[in-house]
Amino acid sequence: MNAYYALFGARFRELLQYRAAAIAGFVTQLFWGLIRIMIFEAFYRVLSAAQPMRFEEVVTYVWLSQAFLMLIPFRMDGEAMQKVRDGSVVYELARPLDLYGLWFARALALRLAPTLLRAVPLLAIAACGLGLQAPASWAAAAAGAASLAAAFLLAAALTALVTTSLFWTVSGEGVARLLPLTIWICSGIVLPLPFFPEWLQRVLEWLPFQGLIDVPFRLYLGHLPPEAALAQIGKQLAWTAALVLLGRGLLNRGLRRLEVQGG
Amino acid sequence: MCESLALYMRYVGVSLRAQMQYRVSFVLQVLAQLGVTSIEFFTIAVLFARFGALEGWSLPRVAILYGLVHVSFALAEALGRGFDVFPELVRGGGFDRILLRPRGAAFQVLAAEFQVMRIGRLAQGLAVLVWGLAAQEHAWAWSDAVLIAWAILGGVCFFGALMIFSATLAFWTVEGLELMNVLTYGGVETAQFPLDIYRPWFRAVFTFGVPLACVNYLPAQALFGAATPERVLAGWLAPLACAAFLGVSLLAWRAGVRRYVSTGS
Amino acid sequence: MPQILVEGLVKTYRVAERRPGVWGALHGLVRRAYREVRALDGVSFSIEAGEIVGYIGPNGAGKSSTVKVLSGILTPDAGRVEVAGRVPWLERAAHVAGIGVVFGQRTQLWWDLPVVESFELLGAIYRVPEAERLRRQAELTERLELGALLDTPVRQLSLGQRMRCDLAASLLHAPSILFLDEPTIGLDASAKLAVRDFVKRLNRERGVTVILTTHDMDDIEALCSRVMLIDRGRMLRDGSMAALREEGQGERRLVVDLEDEQTEVADADARVVARDGHRVTLHYDPRRVPTAHLIARIAARHALRDLFVEHPPIEEWIARLYREARA
Repeated sequence: MNAYYALFGARFRELLQYRAAAIAGFVTQLFWGLIRIMIFEAFYRVLSAAQPMRFEEVVTYVWLSQAFLMLIPFRMDGEAMQKVRDGSVVYELARPLDLYGLWFARALALRLAPTLLRAVPLLAIAACGLGLQAPASWAAAAAGAASLAAAFLLAAALTALVTTSLFWTVSGEGVARLLPLTIWICSGIVLPLPFFPEWLQRVLEWLPFQGLIDVPFRLYLGHLPPEAALAQIGKQLAWTAALVLLGRGLLNRGLRRLEVQGG
Repeated sequence: MCESLALYMRYVGVSLRAQMQYRVSFVLQVLAQLGVTSIEFFTIAVLFARFGALEGWSLPRVAILYGLVHVSFALAEALGRGFDVFPELVRGGGFDRILLRPRGAAFQVLAAEFQVMRIGRLAQGLAVLVWGLAAQEHAWAWSDAVLIAWAILGGVCFFGALMIFSATLAFWTVEGLELMNVLTYGGVETAQFPLDIYRPWFRAVFTFGVPLACVNYLPAQALFGAATPERVLAGWLAPLACAAFLGVSLLAWRAGVRRYVSTGS
Repeated sequence: MPQILVEGLVKTYRVAERRPGVWGALHGLVRRAYREVRALDGVSFSIEAGEIVGYIGPNGAGKSSTVKVLSGILTPDAGRVEVAGRVPWLERAAHVAGIGVVFGQRTQLWWDLPVVESFELLGAIYRVPEAERLRRQAELTERLELGALLDTPVRQLSLGQRMRCDLAASLLHAPSILFLDEPTIGLDASAKLAVRDFVKRLNRERGVTVILTTHDMDDIEALCSRVMLIDRGRMLRDGSMAALREEGQGERRLVVDLEDEQTEVADADARVVARDGHRVTLHYDPRRVPTAHLIARIAARHALRDLFVEHPPIEEWIARLYREARA
């Protein structure tokens, strides 16, 4: 456990070194949020049909998604990916750590550290006059927080999956490039999922990506009632478990492949 | 001039051959870019499907804005890649080598790389642009085609200028350069929609701070039916403002090179 | 009129001082503190066409600042510089067309492409007519034995092969002055010899002026008739290699191997500088005590297995010059 803790700390200190980059990222995300809110503002100005969300809800959704942008597995674990690509991953096996566990922990640190760094100041500013609303109720807050925690696990499982897929060079590169895109569109980060056509929403319910930000945010907003929390979080965890199993399986087969090829 | 153009084409040839060494990665990059930009237009279309219209702007008209800005940006990115990676060139000492060659520094940085993978954004932007134009109920004239090409040229100048400005900053600092993305990527994001929907302070930043309005908002309005003569004039003049912006960025660049040569870092 | 003329060259850098901690970083954003570093402090010299000059000094002595000024990519604060009748930094493009620069640490070739494509592009950049370029390329290929390398991508070359290709690349436009910065760093013995032989021939047959900065004294001894020694921005020595050697070799060293390890060796005219098992190394000044006398005295006092006399390595003398200049 201590090794994983150390890994976490290292990642944090690494990020804190790049203060200017952190500030630039913060300003960029603030700016992006403003653009998107202004676009929604214009759409809502002349309303011809009932919308799936109120404008205030959209604003809150947008700020939450800006704050938790780094939770989305868009940039993957470059260092581990490089090790698989060049085959130096075999040296990792010499360490007394479960390799999948290590990658999962790295992935979790990769998601958590930058998110924590940016979310706090961004949410603080967004709450002071930029329209971020408080959670719908205490129950909604608790449900949102629990679901957010599950979302981090889900994100880490997706990141580790991309790393393991790289044992298969060509298809792995494809996964590494195209999975982030799928996540980008299907998570709700570019457009809140309730705006998607109904048929597409039905499809998305069967995929894991909704559990990254859409479910936690809608629980927070009360857009999904707190009673639904248990089922939703159950779904997030089930997907996480499935992806972990898949990742582990791929890792074992990949390492065997590497041995057969003679490293 | 002719000789420089020939040399530029040689540089491009070298850059293309280098990129073709990594074919699989190249194809995937193009696909990924095509995907990202398609997602962007998809979300716009979804919003229009929900809301119907945006303050009097229809989806096809917004598609013209979208097409103009993405085609310009894709071309600028492909051409100006050298400026994009310039901070690394300075940090690694590669800029010394450029100064040791008997050609203009800006020319060599520009020629250093022609990034073909931007073809993904370019193709997608062109498709959306053509779709938007075809959906207009309006008799097209040759002058419209010229105006479109002229506007794209202006847009390339605009984004090229932003890239040169951000490269120039690397002569002074190496930290926090990511902030320029607010203007480049943020500018693209902003210009996908008509500027008049934004709040006044924001509109002012992207009209007078940097002439983003001249990239697509002003030229597009000269294309629509029943444009007033003032709008037509503004549309035709807008790319000149972008060219002037490029000129200013090159002046800043020269100041940056002078600083580099006198400080050696 | 010498080909390179440098008088009273001064260059001062401002180095931003960083304060530790978050508070220091914030403070640094508002008001930066600078420290002045004088890299060149009145350096003067002149070089005639066709010379090979070794330019040596410890790291940070001002070597690379001098080379940058001479090659036109750094403007000095004060001083007069003329290279082939031009002020380098005022007419950069015209000036650099007549010089060649090789950095041992960095290649100027295009990493992913076959060597020959870099040559073609460089020919175009330097406006070398195609026929002319082909002729020089053929000649350099023969001299440097590049035949088998021309179609190999640069990233696949060994360090020694790459250095030979880099040398050729910097000579395609037939410069009259060649700057070599650590050209043999990291090379194996035979590659070093190949580079030295080539440079020597280039200088002898083409009359190309060569300015060599290096830490490798073997390079200097093999190539240079003249050495300039710089430290802290000031010229410490400028003269022939022979003169430097003469000066440094006022001292000689006597190495004796004793029969008995326990014996203490002492002599009024020599000092013991090293002792390792049976072996004792002494330094002495042959002008104060003739070598024969010293040997005779020591051989009379101790039982010896073997002995020999040698010059101390030039590196030791140079290191001492640096120390003295700093003291």
